[in-house]
Amino acid sequence: MNIQSVKDLELIKKEYRLKLNLPDTVKVNIGMASCGIAAGARETFNTATETFADNDSIDICQTGCIGYCEAEPLVEILAKGKPRMMFKKVTSDKIVDIIHGYMANDFSDKKIKKHILGQIRDPRSLLEQDMANPQEQVDPIEGIPFLEDIPFFKGQVKIALRNCGYMDPDSIEEYFGKQGYIAFLDALHNAKPQEIITAVKESGLRGRGGGGFPTGIKWATCAKHDGQRSIICNADEGDPGAYMDRSILEGDPHSVIEGMLIAGLAIGSSLGFIYVRNEYPLAVKRLVTAIKQATAYGLLGDNIAGTKFCFKIKISTGAGAFVCGESTALMASLEGKVGRPKAKYVHTVEKGFRDQPTNLNNVETYANVPAIILKGAPWYASFGTDNSKGTKAFSLVGKVRNTGLLEVPMGIPLKDIVFSLGEGLPGKKKFKAVQTGGPSGGCIPEALMDTPVDYQQLASVGSIMGSGGMIVMDENTCMVDVARYFLDFLKDESCGQCNPCREGIKQSLDILTAICEGEGKEGDIELLEELGVMIQRFSLCGLGTAAPNPVLTTIKYFREEYESHIRDKKCKAGVCKNLFMYEIDEDACTGCTSCAKKCPQNAITGTKKEPHVLDQDKCIKCGICYDACKFDAIVIK
Amino acid sequence: MSNANTQPTGGEEEIDYLELDQMIEKEFNNDKENLIMILQAIQRRYNYIPRPALSYVSEKLSIPYSRIYEVSTFYSTFSLEPRGRNIISICTGTACHVRGADRIKEHIETSLNIRDGGTTEDKRYTLESVRCIGCCSLGPVVKINEDMHGRIATDEIKNVLNQYE
Repeated sequence: MNIQSVKDLELIKKEYRLKLNLPDTVKVNIGMASCGIAAGARETFNTATETFADNDSIDICQTGCIGYCEAEPLVEILAKGKPRMMFKKVTSDKIVDIIHGYMANDFSDKKIKKHILGQIRDPRSLLEQDMANPQEQVDPIEGIPFLEDIPFFKGQVKIALRNCGYMDPDSIEEYFGKQGYIAFLDALHNAKPQEIITAVKESGLRGRGGGGFPTGIKWATCAKHDGQRSIICNADEGDPGAYMDRSILEGDPHSVIEGMLIAGLAIGSSLGFIYVRNEYPLAVKRLVTAIKQATAYGLLGDNIAGTKFCFKIKISTGAGAFVCGESTALMASLEGKVGRPKAKYVHTVEKGFRDQPTNLNNVETYANVPAIILKGAPWYASFGTDNSKGTKAFSLVGKVRNTGLLEVPMGIPLKDIVFSLGEGLPGKKKFKAVQTGGPSGGCIPEALMDTPVDYQQLASVGSIMGSGGMIVMDENTCMVDVARYFLDFLKDESCGQCNPCREGIKQSLDILTAICEGEGKEGDIELLEELGVMIQRFSLCGLGTAAPNPVLTTIKYFREEYESHIRDKKCKAGVCKNLFMYEIDEDACTGCTSCAKKCPQNAITGTKKEPHVLDQDKCIKCGICYDACKFDAIVIK
Repeated sequence: MSNANTQPTGGEEEIDYLELDQMIEKEFNNDKENLIMILQAIQRRYNYIPRPALSYVSEKLSIPYSRIYEVSTFYSTFSLEPRGRNIISICTGTACHVRGADRIKEHIETSLNIRDGGTTEDKRYTLESVRCIGCCSLGPVVKINEDMHGRIATDEIKNVLNQYE
């Protein structure tokens, strides 16, 4: 069926709203994004489907990722007139009992109780405020917290991630049910291209891939240049520790397609390209399904909804090159060439892909666009700070209790993300720094954790917003090793065409490696700073100019760690193997033998209930004993 | 280029040229812009990119061999050497790194007696470190073929590896 107007959409929307919110059956939503699957969601799904194959009153469905990755596999169960419940860590051996428990309204069994995450107060996204809260008439269960009140979810505002975890990413109808494609069809029939561009400009939306360039201005400039214009979606999410784009593509691919359609309409382009990382096979699969479905409904292709507007999308997969996240390199890669950046004397909005005007935005940027068009620019601009409007998705990972994907309004302090939503660090470990912006970003120390999430403010402390990776580091993270790690990454990923980047990174890495191996000498820190400034000033593309950031920020904020590596030959974090040793604290050791049992070298000996002894000659510093000891008796010296 | 459908390459891998030819035409429209995806398809089919296949693609698409060689060596996912039956991809993204991915990697290297990028003599395993597979919350992560093993500990590695023949 070809959809012609918003009216056609409304009919399907009505039907699927009911199915999504007030189903006739018991609806079991299993989070099936990559992270859920890695935690065992596929087995959970299969067990549930097989067990209830003959039961028409139970509907087992897949959804994307709701973001609370720590508690995967996540399962939501709902039925008309009953509370919507979210369950955590539902492995295949638990799912059947949990479904039975939900149907019987009996959560007293301990086996079920410990898997309850919370009940949902209001499942509507910010775009669905035109309907009543489907849970309004339902009496909540006493003693079970609301999901919205759990620290990880409290304070989140979901715009880009609005549908992730609440719908089947393989169903375009469910996307219609979540207000999908209404913004596009409305704009197609009723808005002039200039009006769309103005709305995006006024919303204050800036590039979410890391650059932070105002999206509306980019669209306007591209639209000004004549030629065969292209709309490219950058889904080459290369920053290690960042997976917002993967989650959106796996959880809500249509929002990106709709955003690209609106961009095509505004800029006057009929050619769309999505460049996805090869490492994201599930994202590619879901995009292919989404494009086929949109084409079947006539939302992609020729003469969309009976108008003159035509738009097609092609998916290209990358082949593992970080530098292809840079716009000119990405375009070269799309042309089937090696991804080497070009100097931007002429901007890609004028001459980019195939030497024609090209508009390139990131996945999250496009996912925001339908919401802006539907709810209006002032609504979007009401979130955030003066120069950073709206919300931003982050992946909170590393040494933090609640790892996962979250979306918060711009302007909230970093410490709120790490300590309120993330609930701080697990165990008794002490916080050291948070790394933002991937290999191009910097490490922010505890003293600066009041810094708000804002493009300018993050830049002022030497880091960048980046695409949204946020890696929490504790006392067992060595900052010199972190700098070495990022430069090692960048050395491999530098395309090699300009000297400052290719040679500068290599030289800096050699110095850092020497420091980590205990060969550091006086003057190394100053030399690293000098090299850093040179690389920043003279590299050709963004990869090079940002490459020294991890080194320069760690020197700026953790200089004493560098000094203790160089002067005292000590790595207090216990990472650089030549610079520390494990010892057993006799007073703390209870003689539980768990370290001795696990030591692969048999370096630890001792009698039960007596303090153990570690043979330094045999120790390979693998750290297994350190992780195994429950009494903090293995210490780093 | 031989007209025969198959031709031995170094005695090990036989390339089905007819299949290759049809794939380039039908799936990829003989389009030079699809070069990277064509190379990916070849690697999926043979587990690596045999050099004679590169020559064939070069002639078929009229792209100089030097440029195809440049592309196949620039991008890290391509391998011009035969790989093992099981590909162990160890994630060395930042989140996995701070959670001890290096230790896991060293442990695998020692127990299989191969280095990063190497293949065991019996062709059972190839070890490759990859930059972030986006499962950061489950770090450290090891992906074997298509299976993810999250929150892996050094003492579990042996059992996990043994599952793959």
